[in-house]
Amino acid sequence: MSSLTSADASSPPSPPSELALSVSHMDVTYRVRGQDRLALRDVSFDIGRGESYGLVGESGSGKSTAALALVRYLPRNGRVSAGSVSINGLDPLSMGPAALRDLRARTVSMVYQEPGRALNPSLRVGRQIAEVFEIGGQSSGDAMASAEDMLRKVQISDPGRVMRRYPHELSGGMAQRALIAMALAVSPSLLILDEPTTALDATVEAEVLDLVAALRLEFQTSVLFISHNLAVIAKMCDRVGVLYAGELVEEGPAWEVFGQPRHPYTVGLLRCIPRRGQRKDSDRLDTIPGFLPSPGHAITGCVFAPRCALAADRCRASAPPFFAVSDVRTSRCYFHEKAPDLPRATPASIPSSGADGADGAGGANGAGGALVKVEELSKTFSGGVRALADVDLSIRRGETLGLVGESGSGKTTLARVLLGLTAPDHGSVVTLHGTPLSPDARRRPRSVLRALQIVFQNPDSALNRRHSVRALISRPLSRLAGLSGQALRDRLAELISSVRLEDRHLPLRPSQLSGGLKQRVAIARAFAGGPEVVVCDEPTSALDVSVQAAILNLLADLQIREQATYLFISHDLGLVRYLSDRIVVLYLGRVMEVGPSETVFAGPHHPYTEALFSAVPSLDGQRPSRIRLTGEIPSAANPPSGCVFHTRCPRRLPTGVCESTEPPLLEDEPGHLIRCHIPLSELRTIQRTESAPPAQEGYSAGG
Amino acid sequence: MTDIAADPLEPSGTTLGPGSAEAVAAAARATPAQWRLLLRKPTFGVGAAIILFWVVCAIFGHQIAPYNPLAQQLLSANVGPSGAHWFGTDPLGRDVLSRVIVGARDILIITPLATILGTVLGTALGLAMGYVGGAFDLVAGRIVEAVLALPSFIIAFLFLVAVGPSTGSLIVVIGFVFTPLIARTVRAAVLTERHLDYLSAARLLGESPARVMFREILPNVLPAILVEFTVRLGYAVFTVATLSFLGFGVQPPTPDWGADIAADYIGLVSGYWWQTLFPALAIASLVIAVNLITDSIEQVLAA
Repeated sequence: MSSLTSADASSPPSPPSELALSVSHMDVTYRVRGQDRLALRDVSFDIGRGESYGLVGESGSGKSTAALALVRYLPRNGRVSAGSVSINGLDPLSMGPAALRDLRARTVSMVYQEPGRALNPSLRVGRQIAEVFEIGGQSSGDAMASAEDMLRKVQISDPGRVMRRYPHELSGGMAQRALIAMALAVSPSLLILDEPTTALDATVEAEVLDLVAALRLEFQTSVLFISHNLAVIAKMCDRVGVLYAGELVEEGPAWEVFGQPRHPYTVGLLRCIPRRGQRKDSDRLDTIPGFLPSPGHAITGCVFAPRCALAADRCRASAPPFFAVSDVRTSRCYFHEKAPDLPRATPASIPSSGADGADGAGGANGAGGALVKVEELSKTFSGGVRALADVDLSIRRGETLGLVGESGSGKTTLARVLLGLTAPDHGSVVTLHGTPLSPDARRRPRSVLRALQIVFQNPDSALNRRHSVRALISRPLSRLAGLSGQALRDRLAELISSVRLEDRHLPLRPSQLSGGLKQRVAIARAFAGGPEVVVCDEPTSALDVSVQAAILNLLADLQIREQATYLFISHDLGLVRYLSDRIVVLYLGRVMEVGPSETVFAGPHHPYTEALFSAVPSLDGQRPSRIRLTGEIPSAANPPSGCVFHTRCPRRLPTGVCESTEPPLLEDEPGHLIRCHIPLSELRTIQRTESAPPAQEGYSAGG
Repeated sequence: MTDIAADPLEPSGTTLGPGSAEAVAAAARATPAQWRLLLRKPTFGVGAAIILFWVVCAIFGHQIAPYNPLAQQLLSANVGPSGAHWFGTDPLGRDVLSRVIVGARDILIITPLATILGTVLGTALGLAMGYVGGAFDLVAGRIVEAVLALPSFIIAFLFLVAVGPSTGSLIVVIGFVFTPLIARTVRAAVLTERHLDYLSAARLLGESPARVMFREILPNVLPAILVEFTVRLGYAVFTVATLSFLGFGVQPPTPDWGADIAADYIGLVSGYWWQTLFPALAIASLVIAVNLITDSIEQVLAA
């Protein structure tokens, strides 16, 4: 099963018949502007028959390059420049075109991140799946029947209807299932899944992961699972390899690697993820200092040494070999025994700001007054899409209000309405300090613009790519804070140091900055005018885990220093739990549950909240007993009658009341409201008895 | 990194406007790598060399030309290409080579100025249509379509008949004819920017529409405008030559490629091909040169 179990890097390969995939000492180079750049360096791993192997790493680690190299799908400027690959005993690197096509058709299947782009938009789904069987030698009639069987196996309830559809008529989850069906149609000996659920919502992701796990056992397929999400890898894989800057740095059984990591990078990565019990009031996340080396950068010594707190002269002088940590685990670190005691890069303590700190805590205790109030807020887009329906909520001074929901739940619309970027329906009221606000930001006075700012999800879109960092941050300082001349320069210097940018970044344009630095610029811009409420719309979802931790710390520190109130929007419950004082759960534009953060996590939960908690894969080895949602999120243009959640609710009442009547928001404890027909005491009882309290599962990764 | 660090800082919120100097400066600042790539392209080099040749002819034509382009020598009329007259002579005995060299002047003045006028007007209109949107976009869009539906030469004829042909009126009419075309392209480019969050961020700073259009959006749509400009430049050469040919351009006896073709093409029947061929080749070389440059700019921007 396991591969490199000794420090000896040239251990003899296992007999090919036992292995679905064997990669040994593979280098991959890309030729960029006449120069060779090493993207993967000396990568070796084996996947046994029926085994599931995970490659985990941040962006730029080379994990997708590895997948592409195995089946020779590298772009024209890329090539495997050293090492060997063996799939089922066959060597794809030395194959002719015909043999290679045959290998791709019968032996290896791949599923990619974007299901929408992997299907031919002009062919019906059934035709595309049947084609795979026809290549396998079936007649077209048999192939259609086989395709229908296959769709049933991937738990598509009405395969006949789905087969007649075109790809654009399928939801993301459905399309990904169809692709998995195609991938498994040939009974491949190796299935490569490259971030297969990254584009999907949490509840859909959970379903697809369950499906992959079940099919893997049924088909006895070996799986190479590639993801940036540690928890997904932990859930799906027997063994895992951690990639950093094109090198495999640690390998071993998934639960052991994530439970007791033995490479400083893995240790650091895991510490970046907010854990149960960690809160912004109590401690800061650890971070990994520095940056990924640029591709092709000449590295002597350990690839991680420049960012490693344990690094000694030896690490910088010569690259460490693989050390056997146990008979099934290896770590490419001289100090693998000391790795778990890696010193923190970021102090865990909270920076104090004297009496001001009490203000932040005020919100947590529910003592802060309502700063922003939203009443009977509705938004209907053209085509009758009701993105928000009668939302009432308040944001209290100094708190972080977490807004949770899947795509299409109306989170971003709510934020845009607050900011005056999207006009709500007539009759909706948004007030700040009790004063009603104009629905259009252009009509709001400067004091209101100052008070409400936003950090957008994607800094590439949010920062004008033709403006320098200096211009981007100076503009709000002059527009909103009314500064000029020396006062502006002083405040600019103060602001960039508080978001931990440096002077040398000022003349640069966004394209010259990394994702994390870009988001810091966006945060500095939001804070330039001295805002009272900052909307953070998925501010870390485009970032890597190690960068995300630094941004979350920054947001938490700035909240204390600037006494800001946050509306924190995220689909990642772990982040919401770390940062939020109160939580609002949205589904199809309706508030399903609202309450203080820990109360919401402790339960009783709305069944939808319960499903969201259950959907999050955990990193600590406990597998939550979970409720699963089936079916897709209904269209907001045509929401279900009664309780909008009843079409997917596993706890739907048999009386039919859920289908006919919209449930009221019931109060459990003061401030904790749940919109459900099931009496809350009963809800509490079911959730206690049926499942371990999902509050125990606070982990999540990625985002 | 160093060339960027040496960048002059942007003034934060002083003057604004559709000043093309600022716009061009922004393009030059933002894409140094792309400029280097452009200069290395052979197609760009060939195109630029041809244009440079004609620019030299336009400026120093009278000094370069072997004869006075206006000097009539009726005794040596309709002489074919020879050592004395490389491109032969026309029916009035004027040296065709000299007329081709000096004839570059007007077309090289009118073409770029007309295209710049059309680009500036079209950019302003396109930015406004794309950014303001709504009823303005609808009304302006219909007007643009109506103008585009009319054959542009008819508009040009009417205008030139009314005000009389001159260098100035040619610039104005060609600029005006190009405006709706360029506006349409710019509008499409603006629409791809409109959904980006930096515009929302600008709204949250209370920026004026003019500032948003010219300082936020314009620098980002500049590459599209640059391509459109060079495409139109090629068409402008052709349009100027055609209008001259039809007698609406530069008036005789001033040497001009289009006008000379018009004056002498009857000579083709008598076998005096050189009187038509060389001015025609001159027009073709200029159009091709502009298109070579357009292609290389497009390739660099797409890379």
